[in-house]
Amino acid sequence: MDQINNSIGRRAFLRNSSLASGGLILGFSWLNSCKPKVVAAEEVVALEMPKTWSELNSYIKIGDNGVVTLIAPNPEFGSNVKTSLPMILAEELDIDWEMVIIEQANFHPEKYDRQFTGGSQGIRRGWPGLRVAGATARQMLLTAAAQQWGVAISELTTENGIVYHKASGQEIGYGELAVLAQGIEVPEDVPLKEIKDFKIVGHSKKNVDTKNIVTGKPLFAMDHKEDGMLIAMIAHPPFGKKIKSLDGSTAKSMPGIKDVFTITTLQDDYERNGFDTTTHTELAVVVGNSTWEVMQAKKALQMELENISDSEFVMNGWGGKSTVKVPAGLESSENHLKKMEEMGRKKATVLRKDGNPEKAFAEADKILERTYTAPFLAHNCMEPVNCFANVTADEAVLYAPIQAPEMITGTIAARIGLPAEKIHINLSRMGGGFGQRAYGHHLVEAAAISQKVNAPIKMVYTREDDMTYGIYRPTYTATYRAALDKDNNLIGFHVKGGGIPEHPVAANRFPAGAIDNYLAEGWALESNITIGAFRAPRSNFIAGAEQAFLDELAETMGKDPIDFRLEMLERAITKPVGENNDYEAERYAGVLKLVREKSGWDNSSPSGIFKGVSAYFCHNSYVAQVLELSMDGDMPKMEKVTAAIDCGVVINPDFASNMAEGGIVDGIGNAMFGEMSFKEGVPDHKNFDTYRMIRHTEAPKSIDVHFVESEVDPTGMGEPPFPPVFGAVANALYKATGRRFTKQPFITDKPPLVG
Amino acid sequence: MATFNLKINGKESQVDVDPSTPMLWVLRDHLNLVGTKYGCGIAQCGACTVHLDGTATRSCMLTVSMVGNSEITTIEGLSDTGDHPVQKAWVEVDVPQCGYCQAGQIMTASAFLEKNPNPSDEEIEMAMNGNICRCGTYTRIKKAVKLAAESKQA
Repeated sequence: MDQINNSIGRRAFLRNSSLASGGLILGFSWLNSCKPKVVAAEEVVALEMPKTWSELNSYIKIGDNGVVTLIAPNPEFGSNVKTSLPMILAEELDIDWEMVIIEQANFHPEKYDRQFTGGSQGIRRGWPGLRVAGATARQMLLTAAAQQWGVAISELTTENGIVYHKASGQEIGYGELAVLAQGIEVPEDVPLKEIKDFKIVGHSKKNVDTKNIVTGKPLFAMDHKEDGMLIAMIAHPPFGKKIKSLDGSTAKSMPGIKDVFTITTLQDDYERNGFDTTTHTELAVVVGNSTWEVMQAKKALQMELENISDSEFVMNGWGGKSTVKVPAGLESSENHLKKMEEMGRKKATVLRKDGNPEKAFAEADKILERTYTAPFLAHNCMEPVNCFANVTADEAVLYAPIQAPEMITGTIAARIGLPAEKIHINLSRMGGGFGQRAYGHHLVEAAAISQKVNAPIKMVYTREDDMTYGIYRPTYTATYRAALDKDNNLIGFHVKGGGIPEHPVAANRFPAGAIDNYLAEGWALESNITIGAFRAPRSNFIAGAEQAFLDELAETMGKDPIDFRLEMLERAITKPVGENNDYEAERYAGVLKLVREKSGWDNSSPSGIFKGVSAYFCHNSYVAQVLELSMDGDMPKMEKVTAAIDCGVVINPDFASNMAEGGIVDGIGNAMFGEMSFKEGVPDHKNFDTYRMIRHTEAPKSIDVHFVESEVDPTGMGEPPFPPVFGAVANALYKATGRRFTKQPFITDKPPLVG
Repeated sequence: MATFNLKINGKESQVDVDPSTPMLWVLRDHLNLVGTKYGCGIAQCGACTVHLDGTATRSCMLTVSMVGNSEITTIEGLSDTGDHPVQKAWVEVDVPQCGYCQAGQIMTASAFLEKNPNPSDEEIEMAMNGNICRCGTYTRIKKAVKLAAESKQA
């Protein structure tokens, strides 16, 4: 058992040990205190509730009638963790999925390990511990049955929530055993199922919340209401500005308005953690009775602004403690591009060097060079930033769309002066996250506002507040160079990437390891425009750039783009260069071979259909894609995408496909249209009238997803399908137009795609 | 402030609000019908779609004073038990990821199918083009709309 197992195991059974002498929990009163509840699967008829529940560990409660409540530990933002993590528990517990109730956990670090949804790590990190939690509970039920019947555990089997003693023909349901099992000492080193015996994992189960979503149930923090609740809205300055003074007198006199004030969310000397990103520590706030009234009053705020000065703060993140500098100035995209071009010509930090790349380029017969750029991107989750908070003298209760509650509790506690254990965060379903909701500034803001007005409040950002707030995907650039000898052999490879305010280069990923003479460099420029994780950080740019360059390189070398990649991967398999290569070349090649077969790559395309291929490894999973498009005048129409994915064991196949389909659509959208730009610190786009999001008619007509059959431990699906599609779009567009698209969004790449 | 008598989901409701208040906020704040979602406030994303006398309408720009005697249907009133063919198709195809936009998608799709019970793929795409899904579930939405159309034909 590795450390993760032990950690989850210990936490899971804390509750159990305290209950060992306490006996049963009463069914109905307990249920009433735990909401929201959701009935499993697509069943219209609710399961009959048991009279009593036995809690075997912090993830599993078994009712006396055999109904099982499984706890979904991680916050749900659409990646299906609320369904697929409990599937792992159910598998090892060996129960009937139709008898399951899924309950969303609140944030509870003592009971649950790592309640963090992000980095495509939910399944990967949950897998070992949840298997053990399920198997251990099953073992306790078996022990109880063995004691009951006076037989050895080895003579017992389980299936669908029933223990069998086949030799005597006896059987007993988990519901009857659970009371006895609860008192049994928690066993160690329990056996896990063989993957080939799985009956739930690997078999598609419907999203447990779909029925509630399609009937409009209040699942989101935005939907949360309590008696006496007021609505709060904020106003924030543009980048490079802060509030000098606020005149809220007009706003305060408007109908339904209770109060207008400014609020400081973080003190300047507060030592921030890596998820304490906040653009503005001081905000204007309007509090009133209803959303519309507050929205109107917000328009009447008179805010005098002033330029910020250079400043810095201490951030104690996962990479250790560092000082982050925030430069003064009103930044514009035009200047960003100029500065990035200048930086691209200067020396940068060497991230990795193999062989002698300088010599290879000096001796090259031919050098292929191409520069790629991409703009800042706004997350644009469909549910705007919001949070409910009720802060009293004794405690704070929040309902929040938050991916990383563990990272913000301490900050809330410090801000409102309550101990962390008095901060109760209910993990509402999120209307999207994509990284943005990992940063919990909105929880701190809501808590501070509730404390100030001494009332329960729901803080709601308008779409404009949300889109212009910051925490964007950074703007990036990368220049790729390849050195070829007179026989057109690849003898050197160089990538230099930079960005504001971070570089995108993953120096140890492919094609590192496949080329003797390799150089990777990176640089970054400071900015007062805040950035944050955005679906597959860094990979979401560098994958597309790299895969477009490899496509052009293959063409220059006269090779089929898949053959070329496979040749390089073969080199990385048989004679890898360097020791820190951050990918498994066999699995990388595997998805390329699968996508070649499934897409019919080697068949000639029908007239008017243009194909592009791309493959990338990030967040522990491998994805290859072939995109087919046609041209409707100047505008491409996405016909079909075929994807081949290796994410190890696939927990919930149909939903894993859904994730791949969504990542592909999202990637096409951002490659074609996604852009946040600035003039003098002011974002150019504030709402969906000018921030172009992909729509139905622009999505591929069909998406065909294939998974590599595997018994490797599962890895994530939230991010990996997203980055490569940028390259597939560029490569298919080249086939269609004869032009290499290097500047995202492609719709504005000069000369314009349309026009 | 003024008093408005509204017909919503087959019931009479009375609210006392400013006449400029959009139906979106009347539904969400005053009538506790929160299935209709706020996404953009400028009729660009479709998350707030309701039926106004059967026509898909953006409730974020429909003021309460414009409603008059028209009947409004929200996602909560589309069916009693979630068994409208479009809702059933959404479950069957397991469309939603985050789910936030889906009530709006369903309201657009259900009004569309009443007017065009046997649509082509292109007609579905065009009809649904005003509803943004940030998670990118468009291919499943199209599949579900087709399935709903087929089940209504059956």
